[in-house]
Amino acid sequence: MSPLLEARALAVEIGGRRVVEQLDLTLAPGERLAILGRNGAGKSTLLLTLAGLRPPAAGAVLLGGVDGAALPAREAALRRAWLGQFQNDPFGSTVLETVLTGRHPHLGRWAWESSGDAELARAALAAVGLHGMEERQIHTLSGGERQRLGIATLLTQAPPLYLLDEPLSHLDLNHQMAALELFAAMAREQGVGVVMVLHDPALAHRFCDRALLLYGDGRCESGAVDAILTAATLSRLYGYGLRQFEDGGRRCFIPE
Amino acid sequence: MPSRHRAILILASLTLLALFSLGLALTAGSYRVTPAEVLAALFGADGGAGGADIVLQLRLPRALAGFACGGLLALAGALMQVLLRNPLADPYVLGISGGAGVGAMFAILLGLPALGIDGLAFVGALAAMLLVFGLAHGDGSWTQTRLLLTGVIVAAGCGAVVALILSVAEEHKLRGMLFWLMGDLAQAGSPWPPLLTLLLALAAAMPCARELNLLARGLMPARALGVAVDRLRYTVYLLASLATAVAVTTAGSIGFVGLVVPHLVRLAAGNDQRLLLPASVLAGGSLLVLADTVARTVVAPQQLPVGVLTALIGVPLFLFLLSRQPR
Repeated sequence: MSPLLEARALAVEIGGRRVVEQLDLTLAPGERLAILGRNGAGKSTLLLTLAGLRPPAAGAVLLGGVDGAALPAREAALRRAWLGQFQNDPFGSTVLETVLTGRHPHLGRWAWESSGDAELARAALAAVGLHGMEERQIHTLSGGERQRLGIATLLTQAPPLYLLDEPLSHLDLNHQMAALELFAAMAREQGVGVVMVLHDPALAHRFCDRALLLYGDGRCESGAVDAILTAATLSRLYGYGLRQFEDGGRRCFIPE
Repeated sequence: MPSRHRAILILASLTLLALFSLGLALTAGSYRVTPAEVLAALFGADGGAGGADIVLQLRLPRALAGFACGGLLALAGALMQVLLRNPLADPYVLGISGGAGVGAMFAILLGLPALGIDGLAFVGALAAMLLVFGLAHGDGSWTQTRLLLTGVIVAAGCGAVVALILSVAEEHKLRGMLFWLMGDLAQAGSPWPPLLTLLLALAAAMPCARELNLLARGLMPARALGVAVDRLRYTVYLLASLATAVAVTTAGSIGFVGLVVPHLVRLAAGNDQRLLLPASVLAGGSLLVLADTVARTVVAPQQLPVGVLTALIGVPLFLFLLSRQPR
């Protein structure tokens, strides 16, 4: 079985500046990968490139064994979902209509959403704690609720691979843990792959198998979280001294 | 929950409204024709000889042209609002009516006949459309902001040229120019070009309707959900521009139909493009036919340009909608 995601000698540029160079990466079913780095290090741009939404500066991205550049948009949408950092909505829409947009790649050109699609959508809303809000207008939602609605839309899209750009932004502590537990359970039980950009190395250590550190100058480093998420490497990554504490196999990092 | 059943119900009731507005346009006027005479004239039965001529030669072509223009403008408005992801966009925001205006004013200035005015107006509209596309697309970025700014600037430039022509035109040509600029169905020729364009544009837009729902939510999210965004945006720009160009060529730049009608429909029936596009066509067509009927009967035998009427209805309506729109 081919890996869900594969990057081969991938390079990413932002405005002519190489931020990632010679990146080789594979993600097997059930694996979770965290991407960490400073602001502007190219995390989001790399994630877009991995999603096939941005052409790589060099190298290739394979989604389920097929070159992302050669995949039609709809075919790609059946292989991976992408959660963006910003949600903005110039037009009104209800929560249910929004979450149903995730079904788009599964529907034929003239098809309308069926009751089966609606059931999936309601289940997705329940999974992120938005049940009972189906008829709410999206601009009445709080930032955290809007973020969870974005996650629910990905769940209705139901691909084998999830690429999440700061999935925890605007979420309170309780919902941060719930969102991470949700994706952990999906990886464990359904074998989905998850790549997420995170800013908290402790959460990355707890909820991911591997981590990819971007230094922003082309260098990147990856490895199992136990080996790579240490005070020494993270201090170098963020350019700020960190101290590491362990408690029952969980790590926490405190700025010096 | 979007459902086909509900969409069909709403479209059926709007079709009734359209038929009613067309019926009213055929019966109302300084020469009274009864509904029975209208039906007799339409279906070729002998009976109302004088009335039949008025209905078939004068009122029917004008009503159909009005319906087609209203539908085209509303469709173009709905498409532009999605393309620019801006609820305040209208068919004229990208300078197409400005280009048509320059062409038409120039033709009137030269003293060309009606066909020449239509021809130059259409050429002007196409030129503005290509100019805006070329400038906005120049470096391949083709962002909404860039497109919008380019369009607004080209529209402003066209406005300046129109003002220039108005200021050097001879006195007796000014009235024709002003009526053209305000939008007036009395100058409409055959209703078939706009009607056919309307049918084609709607037929081309409907298959992309669900993709347009996603496009309205943003380029990247739409692309991530499987929309071939670039191709869709070219299609939408082309459709909206051609629809606007044909409407403006037929009846001048009638204001507010393209801005207000999609909003009215959105408010009443939601923002699902699968329903919004055809519903806007029906509602826009009906509104323009009704407005034109009022425009030519309210101070008969004097006729008002219908653009004045749609603006008089549209401005307060839009301000009202804007003030109650939750932000």
